[in-house]
Amino acid sequence: MSEAVKTVKVTIDNITVDVPMGTTILQAARMIGGDVVPPAMCYYSKLQGSGGKCRTCLVEVSKGSEADPRPMPKLVASCRTGVMDGMEVKNMTSPKVEDARNGVVEFLLLNHPLDCPVCDQAGECHLQDLGYQHGKQGTRYEFKRRTFEKHDLGPYIQLHMTRCILCYRCVFTADQLTDKRAHGILSRGDHAEIATYIEKSLDNNFIGNVIDVCPVGALTDKTFRFKNRVWFTKPVNAHRDCKCCSGKVTLWQRGEEVLRVTARKDQWGEVEEWICNECRFEKKKTTDWTIEGPTHVSRHSVISQGHYENTIKPKETFTAVHGGRNPQLLMDIHSVSEVNDPSIDLSQINGPATSDVYNHSTKQA
Amino acid sequence: MATKLLLAKAHVEGIRHFEVYRREGGYAAVEKALKMEPAAIVEEVKKSGLRGRGGAGFPSGMKWSFLAKPEGVPRYLVCNADESEPGTFKDRYLMEFLPHLLIEGLIVSSFALGSNRTYIYIRGEYAWIVGILEQAIAEAKQNGFLGKNILGSGFDCEIYVQRGAGAYICGEETALIESLEGKRGNPRIKPPFPAIKGLWDCPTVVNNVETLAAVVPILNMGGEEYAKIGVGRSTGTKLISACGNINKPGVYEIEMTLSVEEFIYSDEYCGGIPNGKRLKACIPGGSSVPILPANLLLKTAKGETRLMNYESLSDGGFATGSMLGSGGFIVLDEDQCVVKNTLTLARFYRHESCGQCSPCREGTGWMEKILTKIENGKGAISDIDLLWDIQRKIEGNTICPLGDAAAWPVAAAIRHFRDEFEWHVNNPELCQTQNYGLAHYADPIHVPA
Repeated sequence: MSEAVKTVKVTIDNITVDVPMGTTILQAARMIGGDVVPPAMCYYSKLQGSGGKCRTCLVEVSKGSEADPRPMPKLVASCRTGVMDGMEVKNMTSPKVEDARNGVVEFLLLNHPLDCPVCDQAGECHLQDLGYQHGKQGTRYEFKRRTFEKHDLGPYIQLHMTRCILCYRCVFTADQLTDKRAHGILSRGDHAEIATYIEKSLDNNFIGNVIDVCPVGALTDKTFRFKNRVWFTKPVNAHRDCKCCSGKVTLWQRGEEVLRVTARKDQWGEVEEWICNECRFEKKKTTDWTIEGPTHVSRHSVISQGHYENTIKPKETFTAVHGGRNPQLLMDIHSVSEVNDPSIDLSQINGPATSDVYNHSTKQA
Repeated sequence: MATKLLLAKAHVEGIRHFEVYRREGGYAAVEKALKMEPAAIVEEVKKSGLRGRGGAGFPSGMKWSFLAKPEGVPRYLVCNADESEPGTFKDRYLMEFLPHLLIEGLIVSSFALGSNRTYIYIRGEYAWIVGILEQAIAEAKQNGFLGKNILGSGFDCEIYVQRGAGAYICGEETALIESLEGKRGNPRIKPPFPAIKGLWDCPTVVNNVETLAAVVPILNMGGEEYAKIGVGRSTGTKLISACGNINKPGVYEIEMTLSVEEFIYSDEYCGGIPNGKRLKACIPGGSSVPILPANLLLKTAKGETRLMNYESLSDGGFATGSMLGSGGFIVLDEDQCVVKNTLTLARFYRHESCGQCSPCREGTGWMEKILTKIENGKGAISDIDLLWDIQRKIEGNTICPLGDAAAWPVAAAIRHFRDEFEWHVNNPELCQTQNYGLAHYADPIHVPA
């Protein structure tokens, strides 16, 4: 067709938006923003073929399209379902979706070790966020949780298979960023695991990105392991001249020390530009980098709490979703409790010491 | 005697070989088809009302007409011979005894769909059948029914046999395609459907062995004649593999006007329940369909006689009905324990889940563990409600139908046999040595004197 990109109208939770033909429901919801965006654990817009597996983004299509208004018989995975003109989607307004999503969250947490207190991902873990939103306090699972034999993936990447939710993102990353994938999914069903079949370290120059795409603490940075909690560190944008990648990164600092380097992430927790292993693992001095300024963190997880005044607050869609009705009672959590109070900067609290304190006793006051 | 379209010649000496099969009138459908327009063959199949014999019962002619036909892109026909459903063994019989019938059906269907390379994806455990099929393919090729320019029509077709590696999930059409491509057998997310993007991203039709074999009689007798057999939208004949507590287990070809009662008790078919026992329950369509107690099996909830066809078996929905499925007819007599039976099925589905999507990966294992607990007399009443809730959250929320297949047997067992589950919970010691027995869901018609 010669005309420009055709746009279609799609209504998600009573909010109508014009999107280009071929957009998925999830992407359309992200264009609206706010609470109408279904959570996504396996979908990653930068990875081709990802999505459809975790089932957290299930939504109800109450009207197929203008041409065929029949509702879809089952809940559909919004990350892999394209929009049609006149489509009506229910996400947070559908009790069916709520029920199914609670089920999915329960399934995802069923064999998860819930070792957040010792997990490096805690604070920036998507499963943790999801658990807070949809999980119940207790579990109905009374059996022994699944464990795996340990696999060593080399000097940089730590694999905790018990935490894995099998989103396949790291597999797609290795397929699409590196020239030869060395790890993959072995076995099937509930024994399926991420591993290299023959014990082998992952050493491709871009393989470090699997740490960033991992939604849980299954793949973490060995150079940052147990060094600090993410909410005590300050994210700072920085760049350097790198031969093989863009060199645009986020430094996670505590004081002057660079504890961790990651790629920059957008408000959906997705990497903006992939970075190479050298930038990620080898350049841990502020002198290696040109500092640009504090990272704009969305109010997405605890990391954003207490850092900067320019925290991005997502759009409130509450009133629009409820057809213009305002909630009768809406409490600001901060007026009740000091928990997560944005005016308290956690990194300023006299909290746990950095590794420096212990490693170099001379530095101690 | 009922009409036999597929198995009529199964007992002819040497029918496995080309000469005998040809002498018995074989490959007439190929000769007829190659003189027709491909679209006309699809039209005949549409007219015949043939429905997919693999389980879902989707109209085959309609499936064929969905096949995209872009210029310059090859199209593929894949025969799904990955018959792994517990209780279903009809395709094995067909391929083992009448390999040429399948090959003939494949040639006709390939011509109708324009597939020059056709694959038979066969279950890994059917190792000895691979040889039988390959010999049949070689014989057909020697006689000019396969290869280049078949019978001078200008149509080329090759058939390849590919063995699976023993995964139930590879019977799901998109997982089958993945496996055929040499990848891990994970179902794909639909859409796109295989008719648009299938094998190697080309338009593909995946059909069951029996469906493709049924194309031969359809072409020989004409679609309209074929549609006259059977009743309503259940046309033609169906292969049923009967097993369990019956006198004569085996593969039977039935007309879909046969009643369930006659199928179980007549000597022409199953020959009744052995040792004078009474019928307790039956899984009428392979392990994944809901189990039915005897009182709902022989008569529908409305009191009508239940027939062995798509509509009648699913009469009443899942509340009081089941499905014809793939035709794996499993009969349970009064000595069988429904809890144990459900556990066996749950264990199978846990083992066969591909692990791709979370409800199926986690839920199937959870259900198995709870059922093990109940079966061993360690369960609680709340476990039964929990099981119900788990199956409800798996069903319909997974990528492929394996989640549904795992949820339905558990749901049906609790729906119809809840008292037996509760008896297991309330009698933890007794249930280890005794069975619950018949209770109120016994077969009300055949009461022994």
